[in-house]
Amino acid sequence: MKNDSILLDHGSGGKMAHQLMHDLLLPLFRDPVLARLHDGALLETPQGRIAFSTDSFVVDPPFFPGGNIGDLAVNGTVNDLAMCGARPAFMSLGLILEEGLAIETLQCILISMAQALERSGTRLVTGDTKVVPRGTADKIFINTSGIGFVPPAAHISGDQARPGDCVILSGNMGDHGIAVLTQRQGLDFESDVISDTAPLHAMVQAILAAAPPVHVLRDPTRGGVATALNEIALQSGVGIEIDEHSLPVAPAVAGICEMLGLDPLHVANEGKLLCLVPEDHASNALAAIQRDPFGRAACIIGRVTGDHPGRVILSTRIGGRRIVDMLSGEQLPRIC
Amino acid sequence: MMVLDYACAFQDAGIAGHLVHRIAQAANNPIRIMEVCGTHTMALFRHGIRSLLPRTITMLSGPGCPVCVTEQTDIDRCIALARQKDVVVATFGDLMRVPGSTASLQMAKAAGADVRVVYSAMDAVNLARRQTGRIVAFLGIGFETTAPTVGGAILAAEQLDLPNFCVLSAHKTVPPALETLMAYPGTTIDGFLLPGHVSIISGVRAYRRWFGRCQIPSVVAGFEPIDLLQGILALVRQIQADAPALENAYGRAVTENGNTAAQEVLARVFEPVDARWRGMGTIANSGLAIRSAYARFDAARRFDLAVTPLPPTKGCICGDILTGVKTPRHCPLFGSTCTPATPVGPCMVSSEGTCAAYYSYHEQEGIRP
Repeated sequence: MKNDSILLDHGSGGKMAHQLMHDLLLPLFRDPVLARLHDGALLETPQGRIAFSTDSFVVDPPFFPGGNIGDLAVNGTVNDLAMCGARPAFMSLGLILEEGLAIETLQCILISMAQALERSGTRLVTGDTKVVPRGTADKIFINTSGIGFVPPAAHISGDQARPGDCVILSGNMGDHGIAVLTQRQGLDFESDVISDTAPLHAMVQAILAAAPPVHVLRDPTRGGVATALNEIALQSGVGIEIDEHSLPVAPAVAGICEMLGLDPLHVANEGKLLCLVPEDHASNALAAIQRDPFGRAACIIGRVTGDHPGRVILSTRIGGRRIVDMLSGEQLPRIC
Repeated sequence: MMVLDYACAFQDAGIAGHLVHRIAQAANNPIRIMEVCGTHTMALFRHGIRSLLPRTITMLSGPGCPVCVTEQTDIDRCIALARQKDVVVATFGDLMRVPGSTASLQMAKAAGADVRVVYSAMDAVNLARRQTGRIVAFLGIGFETTAPTVGGAILAAEQLDLPNFCVLSAHKTVPPALETLMAYPGTTIDGFLLPGHVSIISGVRAYRRWFGRCQIPSVVAGFEPIDLLQGILALVRQIQADAPALENAYGRAVTENGNTAAQEVLARVFEPVDARWRGMGTIANSGLAIRSAYARFDAARRFDLAVTPLPPTKGCICGDILTGVKTPRHCPLFGSTCTPATPVGPCMVSSEGTCAAYYSYHEQEGIRP
């Protein structure tokens, strides 16, 4: 059985997406900066280092508990820049609209974007709008790209994790994925789960001030915490051990995951970060994260080890051990 | 949350450690236990139970993953159905990536077929109510656990007098497969961990006849770590004492007679037929076909779904894996040609598949505490 077309799995952020990138994209666009596959590109300029990142948003439905496609699109790019250690400064906006979309709906989304930009101190400086015939796109798709400035002392990248580092997660897993899922047709869940979409730039600056030698920052979006940790383990050539007992999950999210057979480790987040930091700076970093309004439930979930490089291993509640893999198929299309 | 606290009691590390210790003490000789149910397979991996068991115990994964035992020809029929004009196919998500002879439902969808993932058969009924003018066909693949809900959906469609809803039934039942397993050449099984969910519906009595004939240690178990460890301990004790019994270690959910209301729905809508199981051949009375009284809801009767049977992919040893004769480690395709992204057989792609479990939990590396 040979596949010669794009499947939803290719957009999952998991294994198929990686395959597509390595087989099709990277061989054609050979660039040492691109090849690092960080959330954003780090570029040297005469004025210092800048971070540059882009992201597209196709979430269905465009309005979900806790946010909408507008603030999600701003926060997503703000966070991609923040994960490079950057202070976000400028953003572009590309709108693809379906003929027939209510102006009022668009206005609601744009108001959320404006508020999100203001919260993150980012300026929208360029943009573009296209309209396509009804039926050729679903309501609204958004692309945002952003530029941010990286403080000279920050050296953060997915390949910087070192044995002995502590792994901090800034809060509960899976809120965004489950919040969107409960809004889908056919899933009549009554739950109070709301998306965690939030800007993390202030949290990152607080971490950099409190624990300057921070090694890795990553926002575990599609593919969840499991996929992000696997990427870090592979890029840094280290092993990561996490403890099931310390993994933070809201009871409602845990319950819905249990019912649907999902692993919260694989469910998307939009306002959480993973911070890998040397052990002697971990308590400072943790305290800084917990002081941030979006990081109150932060905790240490594991450690980096020199054993089993490229692998993430979980100690289960009952004392067993198992490997935690990347998400391999599409769990739920159009989550962000 | 109360529900969660309740579940937590069955994940207690202290009790688990105690049970593991007792299992290790009891398992003096090599023991081969088959967990029949795919959900058991996944739970054993997910909770790290395999890493805690003594090396004397080998856990074999059985034919209890409905997608995995579905024949390639049946998948081809599902795809043929999805390609019919004005048909919307509704299916559980598990089936989307399962390879047929030349394509999967996911590929058929990418090529233009209307395939929707639903979470219950009733969702498909509701879809049919919205999609007047098109026929909504639900793919009925599952065991005694899901079949009553599909039967219920057919009864609901009858009550609503819904002309555009139908089901393609490839349902199967577990007890007939257990008999075949015992006779399967090359199988060495010392005891069975019987499926919890199936038993909730069928009751322990569904196994009595089979047990009477086979006299093999058998324990019905639940899905939390403590449930599983208790089930395994009970089996090890029976095996070591050479005292086969049919035990129920999932008493909080499983009764002798099971869910009789669900059984009535099953009997009313479906009738037993011979069915082909992937890798195991035809098993008498192991399938569920829609009774002629409900013919108008039967996709197999409404559409011409004749497909040319193609030989299964060379090298795939699904059949031997489903019967516990071999493990994925013995398969030349495992992890190379066959991965979750490029599955050759359904066991690699179903969320309850043995190969998928071995692959995503990297069983070959033998991680232990």
